[in-house]
Amino acid sequence: MTGPINFDEMWGSDGIPRDPYHDFLNWFEQEDPKRLQQKQKESEELFRLTGITFNVYGREEAEERLIPFDIIPRIVSASEWRKVVRGIEQRVRAINAFLHDLYHRQEILRAKRIPESIISNNSAFLPQMIGISPPGNIYTQIVGVDLVRTGHEEFYVLEDNARTPSGVSYMLENRETMLQMFPELFSQIRVQPVQTYPTDLLRSLSDCAPSGLLHEPTVAVLTPGIYNSAYFEHSFLADKMGVELVEMQDLRIIDGRVAMRTIAGYKTIDVLYRRIDDDFLDPLNFRSDSQIGVAGLFDVYRAGRITIANAPGTGIADDKAIYSYIPEIIRFYTGERPLLKNVPTWRCVEKEALAYVLDHLSELVVKEVHGSGGYGMLIGPAATKKELATFAKKLKSRPANFIAQPTLALSTVPILTRTGLSSRHVDLRPFVLVSPKGITVTPGGLTRVALKKKSLVVNSSQGGGTKDTWVLEN
Amino acid sequence: MGARKLMLGRTANGLYWMYRYLERAENTARLIATGQRIALTRLHGGDDEWRSILQTAAVLEGYDQRHSELTKASAINWLLRSEDNPSSIYACLMAARQNARMVRTALTGEVWEAVNATYMHCKATLKRRLPERDIPTALASIRQRTALVRGMTHGTMLRNEIFDFARIGTFLERADNTARILDVKYYVLLPSVTAVGSSIDNVQWETILRSVSARGGFMMEYGNSFSASDIANFLLLDNRMPRSLAFCTSKISDNLHYLTANYPISPPSCEQIESIQQTHLRNHISEIFESGLHEFLQEYIALLGALGRQIEIDFRFYE
Repeated sequence: MTGPINFDEMWGSDGIPRDPYHDFLNWFEQEDPKRLQQKQKESEELFRLTGITFNVYGREEAEERLIPFDIIPRIVSASEWRKVVRGIEQRVRAINAFLHDLYHRQEILRAKRIPESIISNNSAFLPQMIGISPPGNIYTQIVGVDLVRTGHEEFYVLEDNARTPSGVSYMLENRETMLQMFPELFSQIRVQPVQTYPTDLLRSLSDCAPSGLLHEPTVAVLTPGIYNSAYFEHSFLADKMGVELVEMQDLRIIDGRVAMRTIAGYKTIDVLYRRIDDDFLDPLNFRSDSQIGVAGLFDVYRAGRITIANAPGTGIADDKAIYSYIPEIIRFYTGERPLLKNVPTWRCVEKEALAYVLDHLSELVVKEVHGSGGYGMLIGPAATKKELATFAKKLKSRPANFIAQPTLALSTVPILTRTGLSSRHVDLRPFVLVSPKGITVTPGGLTRVALKKKSLVVNSSQGGGTKDTWVLEN
Repeated sequence: MGARKLMLGRTANGLYWMYRYLERAENTARLIATGQRIALTRLHGGDDEWRSILQTAAVLEGYDQRHSELTKASAINWLLRSEDNPSSIYACLMAARQNARMVRTALTGEVWEAVNATYMHCKATLKRRLPERDIPTALASIRQRTALVRGMTHGTMLRNEIFDFARIGTFLERADNTARILDVKYYVLLPSVTAVGSSIDNVQWETILRSVSARGGFMMEYGNSFSASDIANFLLLDNRMPRSLAFCTSKISDNLHYLTANYPISPPSCEQIESIQQTHLRNHISEIFESGLHEFLQEYIALLGALGRQIEIDFRFYE
C-alpha cells in the first residue's frame, strides 16, 4: 500500500529509538532471540490453557479460536497518556450529557447543532428511554474508546464504543502473561498496573446503583450464554469481581424487582452489567419476537429499581452516523475545544459528500453505519478494481448506510517475527469507567495489531492480534 | 442464611453435571480396559463380553440402532470416541467442559485449567480411530487426567455448597455405575447357580472387581478366596470401599446434609437419601440374596434416579 510514511512508536520516523522504548530495547538487545521465540510459543500455550478464546461468527461449528498474542509490548509514556486521558474524559462527559439531553429536552436539536433526521431515522435511538434518568445521569458506565495514532502528539478517535465494549479481559490476561513470562522486565521497568480493573469496575458499578438501598448493592453480569463470542470475557469479569454471572433464564421479576434464581430462592439484583443487546433485554418492551429476555425488565428499570449498565439506548451515541458530529457535541455540552481529534468523515447521505467519495473511492475507507467488527467495510487502497466497482454500486443504492474516511497513516509497533522485529499497524482501546463519583481510565488498554505486513485491519475476527500495552510511571 | 452469597440454581446444575460427566468418562475408560483384558486373556467367549459391557454402560441400545453387528473394534470406538453416543468418553469430556465453562465463576482457576487441559488432550488423542496398540495408553492418560481434575478439586476448592454439588454429582454417577455393573452380572454372583471354584466364574468375578478398580482392595480384605457373597458384600455394603453403594450413598447423604444444614425444614431429597440408607444398606448380604439381588439393584437404581430428579427440584436447577 502506498501512502505517507507512517510513524513508528518504537523507531519514530527516523529510526532512532523513542524514549518510552529505551529501557525495553536495552533489555531486548541482551536477550537470546531463540529464547524469545520460545517464549512466544509458550504464551500461546498459556492462553489456550486458560481458555481465552473467542467464537467465530458465521462458522458452523462453534469453533473457539485464540487471538494471536505478540510479546513485544506497546509502550506509552506517562505524559502521552495523561493527554489521552484528558481527551477521553472530556469525550465521555460530553457523550453522557448528549444522551441525557436526547432523551429529555433535546436542546441540541432545538439549537440545530445536529440534524433531527439523524435521530428520528435511527434505530439506535430508543423512544422508550425518553424521560428516564439513570442514577447520576450516567448512561455509559463502561466505555472503550478506539484510538489510532499518526504522530508524536496525534491521536484520533476512531469509534466511541458506548454500548457493550469488549476486550478488557485481553488487556488483563495479556499483562498476566507478560508478568509470568518476563518477571525481570517488570522489576527493571516501572509499568503502571492494570490489575485494579475488576475492583474498579465493581466499585464503579456499585456507585451507579439505584439510590436509597439499605444494603451493599448486588451486582451481576448478564451474558447471552456460553455460545456467545465474548463468553470468556463475561465469565472472566464476573469471576474477578466475585459476582454472579447470570443468563436470562436465571432472572425473573419478583415484587417489582429483578431477581435471580439461587439454590435457596430468588435474590434481588441492583446493578446488571449486561453484555447483551438492547433488543434482547425485554420482549414486552422491545422486540416481541425475541425468545430471550425478561418480560418486564424495562418496567423495573423505568421505576428506578435496577441499574442497567450500559443504559438501553446508548447506541445512539456511538452510531457511525453520529460520530462525525461528536466534536460539535463536545463544544455544545462542555463549551471546550475537543482535545482528541475526530477522523474527517464524509457522510454519504449528503449529496456532495457522496460525489466526492465515489470519485476518490480508491483512497478512502468506507464503513457501514451500523456495521461492526470490520465486516462490510471497504479499504480503498487495498481493494481491486472489481471490488471498487461492486462497492460503488452498493454505495449508490443505499448512500445513507455509509460513511467514508481517509486512510490514516496508522502508527506501527514492531512484532516479533522469525527474522526479528518487524513493524505492524496498531490501534488502541483504553477502557473507561464512569460513575457519579467520577471517571476512571485504566492505564493501558487493548492494543490490537494487524499481523499481516502493511495491513490496516486489526480486528481479531479478521486475523488481527494483540499486544500488552504499557503506560510507564514517568 | 445471612449475607452469604447464594449460588444460582443453574450453577448448581452445571456443577452437578460437570462432575457426573467426568465420573462417567472415567468409569467408561475402566470398563473398556476391563473388556480389553478379558479379550486378551481369551478366557471367555469373545464379542459377547462387549455386548455386556455396552449394556453396563447403558449404551447398547444406541449402538444397535447404528450398527448391524457387534465387533470389538466398533464397540470400543462407540464407547471411546463416537460423537453419536452421548455417553462416549469424548462426548462426556466435551459435556464436562461445556458445563465447566458455564460454571467457570464457581471453579478455581486450577480446576478449570485441569478440565480444559483434559478436554484438549482427549480431543487430540481421540481425533481418529485408535489402533489397538494405542488404546491402553489412551485410556490410562484419560484416567490420569480426570484424576487430576479430582485432585485439583480436592486441593483447591473451598468446602462450600459448590463443593457439595460437585460431590453429589460424582457419587450419584458412581453409585449408579457400580449398581449397573453388578446388575448386568448379577447372575454370576448368585450362590444357587455358581459352580464354586470353576475357572469361568473366577474370571467373571475378577471382571466385576476390575471394572470398579476393587481387585486389590478385595484381596487385602479377603485374600485369594473369591466367593460370591464376599464380592457382593464388598461392592454393596462395605463402607470403606470408595465405589461401593454404601460408600457412595453415605457421601451423597453427607453432602446433602451440609447443603441444607441451615434450612428450617429439610427438603424431600434429604429424606429420600435417608430412606435409601435405611431400607437398602443396613441389611445383611444374606438378606439381600434372599429377597433377590437383581430386584435389590433394580430398586436401588430407580431410587437413585428419583433422588436425582428431587435434587433438581429442591435446589432449583431449572425454572
